[in-house]
Amino acid sequence: MPHMTDERVRAGLAHEEDLSLLHEVSMKTAGVSHLEMCIQCGTCGGSCPVAMDMDHTPRMLFAMLRAGMREEVLRSNTPWICVSCYHCVVRCPQEVHIADVMYTLKGMAIKAKLYQDSTAPHFSQTFVGMVETYGRGFELGLASRHYLRYFPLRLPGMMPMGFGMITKGRMPIRPRKIKHMDQLKAILKRAKQLELTS
Amino acid sequence: MNKYLLYPGCSLESSAKAYMESLNAILGPLDVHFEEIEDWNCCGATEYLGINLIPAYSLITRNLALAARQSAAQMDGTRTIVAPCSACYLNLAKADYYMQERPSLGVKVNEALEAGGLQYKAGTLDVRHLIDVLVYDIGLDTIRSKVTRPLNGLRVAPYMGCMLPRPDYQHRWSDHEHPTELDDLLRALGAEVIDYPLTTSCCGGHMTQIGPETAFELIRRLVADADERGAHLMATVCPMCQLNIDAYQGEMNHYFSTGYHMPILFFTQLMGLAFGKEPGELGIGVELVSSRNALANLGVEVPIAQEPTVRKRKDEGLPMPRRLLNGRKRGKEAVK
Repeated sequence: MPHMTDERVRAGLAHEEDLSLLHEVSMKTAGVSHLEMCIQCGTCGGSCPVAMDMDHTPRMLFAMLRAGMREEVLRSNTPWICVSCYHCVVRCPQEVHIADVMYTLKGMAIKAKLYQDSTAPHFSQTFVGMVETYGRGFELGLASRHYLRYFPLRLPGMMPMGFGMITKGRMPIRPRKIKHMDQLKAILKRAKQLELTS
Repeated sequence: MNKYLLYPGCSLESSAKAYMESLNAILGPLDVHFEEIEDWNCCGATEYLGINLIPAYSLITRNLALAARQSAAQMDGTRTIVAPCSACYLNLAKADYYMQERPSLGVKVNEALEAGGLQYKAGTLDVRHLIDVLVYDIGLDTIRSKVTRPLNGLRVAPYMGCMLPRPDYQHRWSDHEHPTELDDLLRALGAEVIDYPLTTSCCGGHMTQIGPETAFELIRRLVADADERGAHLMATVCPMCQLNIDAYQGEMNHYFSTGYHMPILFFTQLMGLAFGKEPGELGIGVELVSSRNALANLGVEVPIAQEPTVRKRKDEGLPMPRRLLNGRKRGKEAVK
């Protein structure tokens, strides 16, 4: 909201930024995120192996969070390109939990239905659906459902690989289910009603 | 005897079953006992965390709760839970750490676990990775003493991957970017360990599924570097790394019009070979980029991978010339 900033500048309140978005993201992140401590040094972007494919480097994204640019942040592909390699996390002089902030932003973008350009949310949701049904991962179900929907043209090229995986017994045809699925379901049902508020 | 709780993780039942087979094969010689956590569930990999925080951490922590209960029920219960998969290790370790760093997370997670009659107090268990336990508990001297077939002449690129040495909240590794645990272990087996600066670079993780171009570049860097430095094969500690480098190497080659052939084996498979086990006992031969030529440097012969067993549904049908079936008689046919 730039006009608000203008008013504030005129009123001499420029130092009182609207940090509600920054705090919201920090609050929703596991552990103590240290997000507010970012000094904009850019070590994160410089350490990132996939920064070239990102709309914004992590440093830029954190500046946007501080500026309250909710929609731009949640539309960014950056959290979805992040491969969680934690290079930035161990190099960050302020110990910001960068990878975990990216997870928080993914969740917020899905909820706000703002990031639509990638197959990533579908992949995550399909994966989670499998886990919530069987309690264990099920690669064949996940891969076939995801590829048929988003990468049908990739399938012919992948046939030798898929065939190899199946015939070498590395991709079971049937999912494995845990014994106490009812217990896991009860836990997840309760967990979905909870949110980190402090 | 060293005793531990084992959290195998989903990959070890499927794409990385060779990891499980080779792990089982080396436990005997090292006198280590692993007890599987009963009814463990998926750790959510890197997917659940990006959807919903409390369910994601509750999913992970159910395993810790089950493990703690199992450990408490035994007289000589071990407090150490071992994960062979880097992503599982990280999730379990991170959940345990974050619930201590931010107690409110632990409160919410326990509220959810209660719905399933479980609870977990953060810090109860020690979460460790397989290679950590082998190098620091069992020790390189013991490992060296079990070697009957030194891997002399085998040039190995030690690939640690990213999620094992980082973020390392528990300070378990010698370095975050250039840890030497895998190098030391491979050297103890007699292998020639090449200098491999990309050892903790990312393989792309789930990007092979959702953003292949991003992943292919990461895979290319790793494979090209190992190749240029003259490695016969790469050694890994992680099922995801193995899957990406092995199963997607063909697609990566196609994408860049390259012709790399860089096999990647689990470090446990190399340990098994060095302990004198046969490739068949170690799941060697199910990799898609064959390690046959690489292991020929050791004089080890890798069995030709089993051909797909085509199941014949009916005996009746169009009469087909017998020789199309290579003249082989299958068990069921022979009975009939």
